[in-house]
Amino acid sequence: MTTAALIATLVKIAVFFGITISLAAVSTLFERKISAWIQQRYGPNRVGPWGVLQPLADGLKFIFKEEVAPAGANRLLFRLAPAMAAAPAFMTVAVVPFTFPLILDGTRIPMAIADIDIGVLFFMAMGSLAVYGIMLGGWASNNKYSLLGGLRSSAQMISYELAMMVSVITVLTLAGSMNLTRIFEAQIPLWNIAVFPVGTIAFGIFLIAAFAETNRHPFDLAECETELVGGFHTEYSSMKFALFFLGEYSAMVMMSGLITTFFLGGPSLFGLVNGIEDPWIKVLAGLGVFLAKVCFFLFLFIWVRWTIPRFRWDQLMHLGWKLLLPLSLANLLLAGTLVATGVL
Amino acid sequence: MSAEILAFLVLATATVAGGVVTLWSRYVVHSAFGLMLSLLGVAGFYVLLGSDFLAVTQVVVYVGGVVVLYLFGVMLTPPDREERSIRRIAVAGIFAVAALVVLLKAVFGMEGRWYGVDPDRGPASGGAVIREVGNAFMDKEAYLLPFEIASVLLLVALVGAVFIARREGGRGS
Repeated sequence: MTTAALIATLVKIAVFFGITISLAAVSTLFERKISAWIQQRYGPNRVGPWGVLQPLADGLKFIFKEEVAPAGANRLLFRLAPAMAAAPAFMTVAVVPFTFPLILDGTRIPMAIADIDIGVLFFMAMGSLAVYGIMLGGWASNNKYSLLGGLRSSAQMISYELAMMVSVITVLTLAGSMNLTRIFEAQIPLWNIAVFPVGTIAFGIFLIAAFAETNRHPFDLAECETELVGGFHTEYSSMKFALFFLGEYSAMVMMSGLITTFFLGGPSLFGLVNGIEDPWIKVLAGLGVFLAKVCFFLFLFIWVRWTIPRFRWDQLMHLGWKLLLPLSLANLLLAGTLVATGVL
Repeated sequence: MSAEILAFLVLATATVAGGVVTLWSRYVVHSAFGLMLSLLGVAGFYVLLGSDFLAVTQVVVYVGGVVVLYLFGVMLTPPDREERSIRRIAVAGIFAVAALVVLLKAVFGMEGRWYGVDPDRGPASGGAVIREVGNAFMDKEAYLLPFEIASVLLLVALVGAVFIARREGGRGS
């Protein structure tokens, strides 16, 4: 690796990781603000103007809180679990293309930290690791509510992963590549969400599964305050508790980024941004468009949470296994047929 | 020391340490956890050998699938008091020695470097590999028959699992 490439990679890591973490922090504020608007309240408005310093204040509070581990807890796994819950979401940042590749003097610098050809598989692998943190956290707490929450959550994530992966394979069939940059570049003429019916159905399935994968309402049975106190994080306090939430919100940001990449053409906007001549302006405009789309989906995540009631456990399983999985398989079959016969 | 050797040593330590924890831990959950570390280390070796497709598949199938199911089962199972009986250790020992012999034979019969991959004989990586693997599965000359047999086997396992679950629990339990 040359020095220039190394510097480019380090800059990309700093910028893209910074964006993800900042968005995660800001979404905690907006979670509370939007929930307040939906319920006709003001929301946090004491710390800083309009409450903008609330995430910072929360962070400071978490750091200075006492760490408590319940008696009989498995110390090692209890400490490790929050980190394992947050790490997969952070690692997914590596493959998401945030904007168009930068073309300088003929060299093409892809705008994903690691522009690997198996980006989609990497995302799948990280998605399958996300179960560990919640599962181990629930088990190591030595608490029946935590254990139930952890088990529910892992069963839910395993179930919805299937439908999600099959809908991603549909996207691969349409794009003909596993490289995330190529996937969005293939959509510059027409976004996958507009490829009726296969792209639209795959989008719907992926979106529903994304809610389940991130343990968000209406699929947040892992926490489910009315039944399980707090679910897998009942016994957690201080920064360990915060890490679970940092992981959840980062996973939301990443899911929004991936939905954007898979179905909404990533940083492209009806050929407007794609046509810009100046390489730097094109990259920055692309980043802006990408982040705008991501923010829309973050808003959607929050909006749904404060609008729709929680599913019951058996309804969740029914939806995942009997509806989404067969539908996604049929959709994949249709997409394969259409691509093979040259219709798409 | 080059970065490649360093990476090799770190991965080797993680893999072996994970294996040792798997064998010797008193907690079954720790064992499953050690197994996870060990399998992740092996995935790292695949990356080092330039085969990222294999590495990611390893993580998806073993770390994200098999070990999660182990943990699922282990968490709901009380510890086994007989885990260190002489008979079990003897049986495991025979298999371990046999595996070690095969492994050492492979190591000493090996040409090239002991770490990483020779630049001269490195495999292609990334997209090219995925295409090759995909084509090999669908090629009658290559792996079409084993692929189909594996598919049927998985289907049989699936049907069997559903049958057992239905019989034990009954409808709507």
